[in-house]
Amino acid sequence: MPISAFLTDASLCIGCKACEVACKEWNQIPDDGFVWSGQSYDNTRALGASTWRHVLFLEQKQPMGSQLASIGEPFRWQFLSDVCKHCANAGCLEACPTGSIVRTEVGSVFVQPDICNGCGYCVVSCPFGVIDKRPEDGRAFKCTFCYDRQKAGLVPACAKACPTESIQFGDLEELKQRGKSRVQDLQRRGYHDAQIYNPQETSVGGIHAFFVILGEPEAYNLPPTPEVPTVYLKSAWTSALVSAAIIVAIVFAAFAI
Amino acid sequence: MKAATKLKATEERLEEIRKAAIENASPTGITQPGAGTPLAQNVGSYYGLPALKAPVWTWQVPLYFFLGGIAGVSACLAFIAQSFRSNPALIRTSLWAALLGAAICPVLLIADLGRPARFLNMLRVFKLRSAMSLGAWILAAFSGCAFVAVFCFELLLRGFTNPLLTSLLWLAEASAAVAGLLLGSYTAVLIGATAIPVWSENRKLLPAHFLTSGLGCSAAILEFAGFLIPATQILGFAASGIETVIEIFLEVRKRPVDAPLHHGRSGTTLRIAGLLEGPAALLLRVFWGSVPAGRYAAASCFLIGALLSRYAWIWAGRASASDPNALFHLQRKA
Repeated sequence: MPISAFLTDASLCIGCKACEVACKEWNQIPDDGFVWSGQSYDNTRALGASTWRHVLFLEQKQPMGSQLASIGEPFRWQFLSDVCKHCANAGCLEACPTGSIVRTEVGSVFVQPDICNGCGYCVVSCPFGVIDKRPEDGRAFKCTFCYDRQKAGLVPACAKACPTESIQFGDLEELKQRGKSRVQDLQRRGYHDAQIYNPQETSVGGIHAFFVILGEPEAYNLPPTPEVPTVYLKSAWTSALVSAAIIVAIVFAAFAI
Repeated sequence: MKAATKLKATEERLEEIRKAAIENASPTGITQPGAGTPLAQNVGSYYGLPALKAPVWTWQVPLYFFLGGIAGVSACLAFIAQSFRSNPALIRTSLWAALLGAAICPVLLIADLGRPARFLNMLRVFKLRSAMSLGAWILAAFSGCAFVAVFCFELLLRGFTNPLLTSLLWLAEASAAVAGLLLGSYTAVLIGATAIPVWSENRKLLPAHFLTSGLGCSAAILEFAGFLIPATQILGFAASGIETVIEIFLEVRKRPVDAPLHHGRSGTTLRIAGLLEGPAALLLRVFWGSVPAGRYAAASCFLIGALLSRYAWIWAGRASASDPNALFHLQRKA
């Protein structure tokens, strides 16, 4: 089967949150509180156990391509629908001690809710801060990449509901090409800070839900160089073994004297 | 009366707002600090919101780190003491400390699970790449070995002399010692190999700190059990000496990623913990190590410090996860 992917394009997003609504409804996710954040029109704030699509609202003192803002100084209002990245090397999947988190045949990262026992290790192992434990349930949840819909030959709910095709769903390699040509097109039209966000050079090894963004990834709370935490194992275990040897030597000395 | 005045004022105000809106296309004279739509900083992060998820572990987990360390190193002490044909009473105390820890630790871990009834799913797979999976197996192995060791030891103590039993005791003690050292250190690897910056950036220091804490605590337990012998004194000196070095190292090294180790609740707790485990315990041994009261005081300081330190490290992880700027700074630097 081909590897599925999302290409989410910030330059096309209008911040309507249809993806958030479609995701909530299709996946029957409980509400996660009704709060007023005061941060633009974003009252969702972050991805979480009960938020699998999250529309960011950025207000920046920067020009948007060649567009003019009528308030006298450069200004742009930017939107982006964030989602689980479905990493090629997924921190949550590597960390999961029960084997609940698996890689599906479409290349997505899936949490099997009938296996998860809520140990919480995936939560601290995700370099993108996506997966979280739902307190009232006890288990960890995140975007399923609408695995059920994909199995039935349907596109994920968010992509289907998106009115501007800001969320595009398709084959990974094909969408990578489409993203590349979209960035070239945007730059030709004066959006000089348009770029692809897909950390392929780090240990994450690329993501299956990548983005076209304007500006730096930090403004979208996307880590510039995320690492899959398993890269830290070798040095940590080396230190553990050396420390253990020293402890044994100290105890030997103490009882020998 | 008062309400009527207020209503009138409100109606006037509404007229005023309407007039201003017609004339200026915006209701002038209205300033609402903090309301509306604040500007996101272009550099930095998304409204300063966390870019990572904070650890969801409850109070049981740091306590488990603490008790697991004591139990693990106690098993190691018992085995080495046995090989030096040390006082059987001391070996017995250490073995029982290991077994008691092995009995409490799984309870704490299961209580922390979101779905405690599914705790056996931990043994569904064996994953070297997951410190949590490995840890579950280490704890299971340790508990088994500690139980067999105590069982054999008690039988031998009651006059059941059998060469097979002696070899089984040795095997169980040796296995418990190895599993114990892993139990005392894997918890540091567990938090070191995560996406939380303050943990992963201290992944080489944490195993040394956790194991040294375990060593000092298991020696302190022996002292409280009445073994005020030179061996426990040496272990106490060594543990608090190493902890003093670690404490100085943490204080001297100033990295932005280590901010939770110096500031806030986690920083304060860690500093108190470091002082108790390190200098306080060390000085008590230097000046009053010759009297039992001094040794009890040093042992108490070390135990309290080690317990506080575990909580401080978990709290530091929470603080670190909620600071996107430190994370991005670290990643841009690399």
